[in-house]
Amino acid sequence: MLAFLLTLGLMLLIVIAVVYAERKVAAFMQDRMGPTEAGPHGIMQPLLDVLKLLQKEDIIPTAADKKLFSIAPILVFVAVFAGFAVIPLAPAVVASGIGIGVFYMLAIISLDVVGLLMAGWGSNNKYAMLGAMRSVAQIVSYEIPAGLAILAVVMVCQSLDFQEISFQQGALMNQFPGLEYEMNWLFGIEALGINTTTIGGITTWNIFRVPLLFVAFIIYFIASLAECNRAPFDIPEAESELVAGFHVEYSGFRFAVFFLAEYAMMVLVCLVAVVLFLGSWNTPLPNIGPFSLAYWTSGTVGELSGILWGAFWLISKTLILLFVQLWARWTYPRLRVDQLMHLCWKVLTPIALAVVLGAGIWRLLMVG
Amino acid sequence: MYRHKLRFAKLATSVKESLKLGTTIKYKTGFWSVVKSLWQGAALTIRHFRNAKNRRTPAYVSDENYFKQPDGLVTLTYPYEALPIPDNGRYRLHNEIDDCIVCDLCAKVCPVNCIIIESVKATEDIGTTSDGTKKRLHAPVFDIDLAKCCYCGLCTTVCPTDCLTMTPVYDFVEVDIKNMVYHFTDLSPEEAEEKKQLLAKQQEEMAAAKAAALAAKKQQG
Repeated sequence: MLAFLLTLGLMLLIVIAVVYAERKVAAFMQDRMGPTEAGPHGIMQPLLDVLKLLQKEDIIPTAADKKLFSIAPILVFVAVFAGFAVIPLAPAVVASGIGIGVFYMLAIISLDVVGLLMAGWGSNNKYAMLGAMRSVAQIVSYEIPAGLAILAVVMVCQSLDFQEISFQQGALMNQFPGLEYEMNWLFGIEALGINTTTIGGITTWNIFRVPLLFVAFIIYFIASLAECNRAPFDIPEAESELVAGFHVEYSGFRFAVFFLAEYAMMVLVCLVAVVLFLGSWNTPLPNIGPFSLAYWTSGTVGELSGILWGAFWLISKTLILLFVQLWARWTYPRLRVDQLMHLCWKVLTPIALAVVLGAGIWRLLMVG
Repeated sequence: MYRHKLRFAKLATSVKESLKLGTTIKYKTGFWSVVKSLWQGAALTIRHFRNAKNRRTPAYVSDENYFKQPDGLVTLTYPYEALPIPDNGRYRLHNEIDDCIVCDLCAKVCPVNCIIIESVKATEDIGTTSDGTKKRLHAPVFDIDLAKCCYCGLCTTVCPTDCLTMTPVYDFVEVDIKNMVYHFTDLSPEEAEEKKQLLAKQQEEMAAAKAAALAAKKQQG
C-alpha cells in the first residue's frame, strides 16, 4: 500500500513537472515565454489546468457506445500505472519485486492499445476511429523493435528482474542476493583483464558494459517515442489533421485521465530505458583509485542514504531522457504513416534482430 | 496571352527534359547524412532553448537594436511591458471641446460616419478658441463612435481649429461596444435643453420684432 501511494505520488509529481516543462521548453525553443501568469514563472499552470479539467462537464456523445466510452480512459491509465509497479526506485525500494518484471511490463503495457481502440471505437467519430486505428497499428508495430531491444538486454543480463538488472550495472552488484560472486569486466569481456566490479559508475552501465547495447538503446528510445504517441510519431493524435485523434470526444475528467496516462506513459518508457540501459539508480561516477566516488554517491543499500541517492540518480536520468523527448517533439516534423511503417519494419526491426544476435554472441564472450 | 502559353510550353518541355536527364533536385540520402541533418535540426532548437535567457526589451523604434533582435525570446508580457509608440501616434481621437467651433466639417468628411454632432446657436457671447476664432455654436451632442472609426485621420486634417486630434492611446478595449462611443460635449442634458430654449425664445423674440417691424412698414406704406 505504501509503495502504491509512493509510486502514485511520484508519478503525479513527475507528470506535473513534465507538463510544465513541455510548455516552457516548447515556448523557449520557439522564442516565446510560455505560461507566466499562474504563480511565479507560471509554475502553477499544470495544476490549475487539471483543476479546470475536473470542473468541466463530462460529455458523453449520444451516438457513443457508452460502456466502452466510459471504461476506456480508466483502462488506459490502469495499464500504464500497473507498469510502474515493477520499476525499482532505489536499491531497496520496488513496489513489486517480481522475478519476471520485464516480461510483466511488456505484457501490461500492451493493454494500453485495447484502451485506445475502445476509446476510438466507442466515440463513434471518424477522427477518433482513424486515430485509434493509426494508434493501434503504430503501437503494435513498434512493440517489436522495442521488445527485441529489451530482449538483447535480458540476454546480456540473464535476468527478467528489474532489480537484478539494476544491481548488475553498478559497484553495489555483489550486495544483491545471488550475485555475490559475479564479476564485471570492461566491455563485459574477461579476456581484456580489466575488472570493473568495484569501479562501478558509468563503466558498468549496460550501454558501456556491452557497447552493442547502445544501438539497442537508440532503437528502444525511438520505438518508445512511437509507443507513447510522441512527436515525431504522433500520427494517432496529429493535432493538425485529426484534431486530437482517439480522445477527440472526451472532456473533463475523462480527458484528464487520458492526458495523465499519456504523460505517465512517457515517464514510464523513460524509466524503463534508464533501468535497462543507463545504469538504473546507479551513480554515473566511477571509483578512481583513492577517490571512491561511486561509493560516496551511492549511499548504503537498505538505508535512507541509499534510497535518496538511488532515487536522485534514477529520477535525474529519467528527467534528462524526458527532456530529449520534448526536444525531439519540438524539432522534428511528423512522419507519414508509410514512413512510420518503413522505419519500423524495414529499419528498426532488422537492426534490432541483428542486435539480438550480436548480444547473444557478446554474452558468449562474457562467459568465456 | 499567346506568349504566356508559349512560355509555359517551353517551361514544361524543359522540366520534361530535366526529368529525362535526371537533373531534378537530388535529396541527400544515406545513413550519415540523415544523422547529420537530424543533428543539425536538434542543434538549432537547442540553440534557441539556450538563448531563452535573453529577451527582447521594450526599446523604442529609434533604438539601434530595434530591428536586430539577434537571439532570445521575442515576446513581451504585454500589459506589463509594451513597445513604446511615437508621441504623434495616430490612434484614439480626442476633441478639445473648448477649442471646437462646432463647424461639423469633421462629421462631413468622415468616410464611416462615426462622428455625430448636433449644434445649437449661442444666444450670448461664448468667447473664443485658443487661436482666436469666435465661437458661435454650442454642441449638445459631439459623439465619436471609435468602434466605427477607421483611423484615417481625415477629420483631424479638416479641423480648422486643430481641436480634433489623434492621441497615442491605442489600448482602450471595452466589454460593451456602447462604451466605445466617446462623448465630448461639455454640456449636461439640462444645460443643453436650457440653451435650446434660450435660442427658441430669442428666435421667437426676433420673429415677433420682425413681424412688428413688417407691420409698422406696412402701415407706413
